Amino acid sequence: MTAEAGKHRGIPWRKWVAAWSQRVSDLAIPFLAVFTALAIGAVVIWASGASVPKAYQGLFEGALGSPRGIAETLVIATPYTLAGLAVALGFRCGLFNIGAEGQFYLGALFAVWVGYSVKGLPIFVHLPLAILVGALGGALWGAIPGFLKARLGTHEVINTIMMNYIAVLMVDWLVNRKGPMWDSTSTVPRTPYILPTATLPQLVPPYRLHAGLLIAIAAVFVVYWLLWKTTLGFEIRAVGANPSAAKYAGMSVTRNFVLAMTFSGVLAGLAGAGEVLGLNRTLPAAFVSGYGFDSIAIALLAKSHPLFVPFAAILWAILRNGAGLMQIRAGISVDLISIVQALVIAFVAADEIIRWLYRIGKKEEIKEVVFTRGWGR
Amino acid sequence: MALALEMKGITKRFPGVLANDHISFQLEKGEIHCLLGENGAGKTTLMNILYGLYRPDEGQIFLDSREAHIRSPHDAIAQGIGMVHQHFMLIPVMTVAENVILGMEITHRGVLDRSEAARRIREFSHQYGLDVDPTAYVKDLPVGLQQRGEIVKALYRGADVLILDEPTAVLTPQESEELFRIMRSLAGQGKSIIFITHKLKEVFAVADRITVLRDGRVAGVTTPKEATEARLAAMMVGREVILSVEKKPAQMGDVVLKVEDLQVRDDRGYMAVDGISLEVHAGGILGIAGVQGNGQTELVEALTGLRPVAGGKVVILGDDVTADRPREIIEQGVAHIPEDRHKHGLVLSFPLADNLVLSTYYRPPFAYGVAINNDAIDENGRRLIAEFDVRTPSVYSLAGTLSGGNQQKLIVAREFSRPIKLLIAAQPTRGLDVGSTEFIHQRLVQRRDAGCAVLLVSVELDEIMSLSDRIAVIYRGKIIGSMPADKATPEMLGLLMAGIKETEGSAGDRSDR
Amino acid sequence: MRLTRPKVLGITFLVLGILLSLYSAARIDPAQRTTLGVGTLGTRDVPAQASLVLIGLITSLSGILALFDRLRRALAPTLVTVALLDMLALMIWAARGSSVDLVGMLAASLRMATPIALGSLAGIWCERSGVINIGIEGMMLAAAAFGFAVNLYLSQWLGPRAIWIGLLAAVLTGGLMAFFHAVLSIRFKTDQIISGTAINILAVGASGFLRRAYLVKAYFVGEILPIVNVPLLADIPILGAIFFQNRPIVYMMLILVVLTNFILFFTAWGLRTRAVGEHPLAADTVGIDVFKTRYVNVVIGGLMAGLAGGWFSLETVGSFEDLMTGGKGFIALAAMIFGNWTPYGAFMGALLFGFAEALEIKLQILDAPIPHQFLTMVPYFATMVVLAGLIGRTVPPAADGRPYEKQ
Repeated sequence: MTAEAGKHRGIPWRKWVAAWSQRVSDLAIPFLAVFTALAIGAVVIWASGASVPKAYQGLFEGALGSPRGIAETLVIATPYTLAGLAVALGFRCGLFNIGAEGQFYLGALFAVWVGYSVKGLPIFVHLPLAILVGALGGALWGAIPGFLKARLGTHEVINTIMMNYIAVLMVDWLVNRKGPMWDSTSTVPRTPYILPTATLPQLVPPYRLHAGLLIAIAAVFVVYWLLWKTTLGFEIRAVGANPSAAKYAGMSVTRNFVLAMTFSGVLAGLAGAGEVLGLNRTLPAAFVSGYGFDSIAIALLAKSHPLFVPFAAILWAILRNGAGLMQIRAGISVDLISIVQALVIAFVAADEIIRWLYRIGKKEEIKEVVFTRGWGR
Repeated sequence: MALALEMKGITKRFPGVLANDHISFQLEKGEIHCLLGENGAGKTTLMNILYGLYRPDEGQIFLDSREAHIRSPHDAIAQGIGMVHQHFMLIPVMTVAENVILGMEITHRGVLDRSEAARRIREFSHQYGLDVDPTAYVKDLPVGLQQRGEIVKALYRGADVLILDEPTAVLTPQESEELFRIMRSLAGQGKSIIFITHKLKEVFAVADRITVLRDGRVAGVTTPKEATEARLAAMMVGREVILSVEKKPAQMGDVVLKVEDLQVRDDRGYMAVDGISLEVHAGGILGIAGVQGNGQTELVEALTGLRPVAGGKVVILGDDVTADRPREIIEQGVAHIPEDRHKHGLVLSFPLADNLVLSTYYRPPFAYGVAINNDAIDENGRRLIAEFDVRTPSVYSLAGTLSGGNQQKLIVAREFSRPIKLLIAAQPTRGLDVGSTEFIHQRLVQRRDAGCAVLLVSVELDEIMSLSDRIAVIYRGKIIGSMPADKATPEMLGLLMAGIKETEGSAGDRSDR
Repeated sequence: MRLTRPKVLGITFLVLGILLSLYSAARIDPAQRTTLGVGTLGTRDVPAQASLVLIGLITSLSGILALFDRLRRALAPTLVTVALLDMLALMIWAARGSSVDLVGMLAASLRMATPIALGSLAGIWCERSGVINIGIEGMMLAAAAFGFAVNLYLSQWLGPRAIWIGLLAAVLTGGLMAFFHAVLSIRFKTDQIISGTAINILAVGASGFLRRAYLVKAYFVGEILPIVNVPLLADIPILGAIFFQNRPIVYMMLILVVLTNFILFFTAWGLRTRAVGEHPLAADTVGIDVFKTRYVNVVIGGLMAGLAGGWFSLETVGSFEDLMTGGKGFIALAAMIFGNWTPYGAFMGALLFGFAEALEIKLQILDAPIPHQFLTMVPYFATMVVLAGLIGRTVPPAADGRPYEKQ
């Protein structure tokens, strides 16, 4: 290794140059995972008596076949990127944040509240404030399981799942008929609309694509910088890879658990804030996101690397966005995509399956991230 | 004499290593055959092949002159081979009886018959002089008794060939003597025993014959009568070895570490360190001898801030650090070579350079504010790797790709790269080859000569005796005795390690208590 | 002062008790009475305010004792008893001026505890052999969907008998999902938490797909399993009404709790299972096939999760709805931890959660002035509190969650 290469520490391609052939096959695994999942999806389509070419052609055209399709794909990719980053950041610290869903809800809730209730502020104050408070909501919902894990050792997976349910019920109570945030003038249960001064501007009218995309792109680089260019990132990665060694070296494992979960919550909260401030302009009671589980898939697909997250998010957005046209063209339920998605997760997480299927040699593995196994101390 | 077992031309390759290279080995009926060799010589691999845990790439195994095919431990057990592993294969939360019958359960109409199992185990115990209570939970037994449980387990399965893998590593010299008595009794009743060790003295105490392994090959077969310690040592390592470390007399300075009546609980809440007081002086090495599991781990963890202190005081250079966090203690100038280098010492998935700043990454020149300076980290890495002779392709290689010896050098390099006043070294040479061990011993003495206070915790009596200026023996969480190193003998230390005190005051002065 | 778990619990109980007493003293009409019914044995009126203040004081007292570490080994039983009292208090409060039947509540608790208990048995089978199963929720969901689908389609030919085949299908679906989990985590050594998550997502997708593609067209609320009174036993006062006038899956659950305990602790298979979960290498060295043991146990666990899934669609609702398992699979894991990985303990935990749910339903019926969303939250909160209070006091199998690497 030359001194020249040393200047690019942490940037993935440096490593690939070091072990090119091995890395190429490693890199192929996510693609092969997606391909295999789609192939199994094709079998399901075929078994349901629908046309496979029609279905997948519809999927592709719906997502990328028109400017509107592409814009919509990016609209969907925006929260996916942010929520995917949230999960990826947790993974880097050895935490499995299944709570992106709840943190997303809290972000949306807090943001919409600032968006409609705070009046008389100019846009350059009101909008950032709404975004910030949204991030805060997510942070709160992330920090609680982080704290419980750090302090009492309870597993974040169960706690984040429980907090997802609680968040959904809380939003339902607040927003539904007779709830404190219910807009009584409306026929559907929802909050009042946010003020124009809290609205994320559209980027390319008339498409729905909004400035949340810019936040997502910025977040990608911020998370990258945080993880590989700061002392905090050094700690988070050390704690994620070997908490005992991190503690031995004088780092506070518990502090990093709380911080990582808080940041993770901030990212998911931003995703929620972006959705209400950029798209819905209100928080309906029937606000179903499903981002919680999707974001896990995205983080896994991106191997928890922030720079890969947007690509995984776009792939996911293509699947989601194209599903509608797929249903129209081939008469196959959009739920097929959920099956494909679960298979992708299974294949990416268990890359041994893919290696076995495609006869790719196994590398000498040194795990970058060690999940907490078992149920805490 | 009839052969109980013969292994012919056994070869086993692992990626990058030839662990066994055409090894041939003969075991006669009723003999105690010692398999001697350094760490990594291939002893354990050979025995794992015999026990069906590994498959050989080449070679044959004969039992009672018939070729045997051993594909799994199940096969090995069926053909009368029993093994007592170095790390006991006992389940702590189960009773001795449950452990013994596991896999060959005694049932009555589908229900486990625990009383019948206990009865049969008592029979075995009686026949071979292996007293152990079948109804006791393994976790409550001392290691010596756990080991007996292991032997009973093998005998219960009808073992005629018994493999004992480094059985004395966890025992006091006196417990070892007791084990040797049991071994002779077993051999006397026709059992054939393979005794694996790297301790020369034990070979002379118990073996009928000796096979020495080196680098995966047989270096020679001999008997205790024909061999001398020096010759065996030379066979083991392939050259003459210096069996002691050369060091100058200590230039003791002020007290650096002062521990007063320290109490520490272990993970289960028991008082693992129960009122220890000691002092370590600048320029001196205090060695803590003792059988594994007598509170050493908890003591070291408490001193380095990794484990909360339940009572007493720890003072470093006049500052009370009893309640301090690891970082505050590190910043006092304390270095720590941890007992478990994979668990505590290194982040295996981090590059070498990052591992070398694991406790200093947040300070200039490695970081200014929150921003990490990767160039400085790499530069520091290159410098230390050269200085400490860590064999690696580059500073970007992951720590997990290094050999054990190089990993330990990496830790030593990191800990010595800071200005330190106190070094706490726990089992610093565990599992290392002779070369790396010598290197680390030299570095420890070098630090001591430079005025650093050193606390050395080791279960290797030889290491303690050759490095220390003072020796304290830990037993059940207490310092049971201490003395200047030049007054200590292995027999004295052995008795203390077993918890037996000589008449008060005769084992040196007691000023350290 | 170090914030230990007993102290956290102590403070919680203390605050809870004080609030309860103060609220009752200030806001409840002293004249109001609550009628507590005990099945067929009659009823008793209690003064609402006085009872609540008393229970509040008892709660505070137990909190103080816990706070100052006076309870030690009695901590868990004491706090559980007090928590039960607090639930009684909730009932007295909600039903003031009206009546509540305790036997009915207990019977409802047992009913609601059934899927949780079965789920926790599933967890015990898996985890005692060393495989963490966080996918129980998904196994239940998929089983509920497929069991219902089979019932729906076969009932055209078989009529009401089809439901039993539907139940079999549900059980087998659970087993199949578990087999998938086993392959991922045993054969391919995937991280077991991720594998379980993949199972959960797969179940959501597959059951949703199934419902929209096949079940919506023929959507109707169909048969459910019949109530079976156990001869003689059903007539025992109180106990009969609670235990012996139930639907089949409740009985199966009770039998499986006992059976699981027997197999785990009194048979060779159980001994081997526990050995594999504690120290797989040790088990391997005495010739036990670690992989096979784990496969079998995980699949058995899956069968029980499948039975739990059948409870939703075939014993309770008579149809399939998206996400109808509502997190019971995760609550089951909490019950398992609560019970320290033992069948009886987990059953007690499940009863506790079942009671919380029965209470929630009762409060909804009584139209208590609490938003129903909050009542629905109770089990989720309870799960978090139970975990926070008990993790570390309970001991999982030592090799739980660690893939076994054969050399």
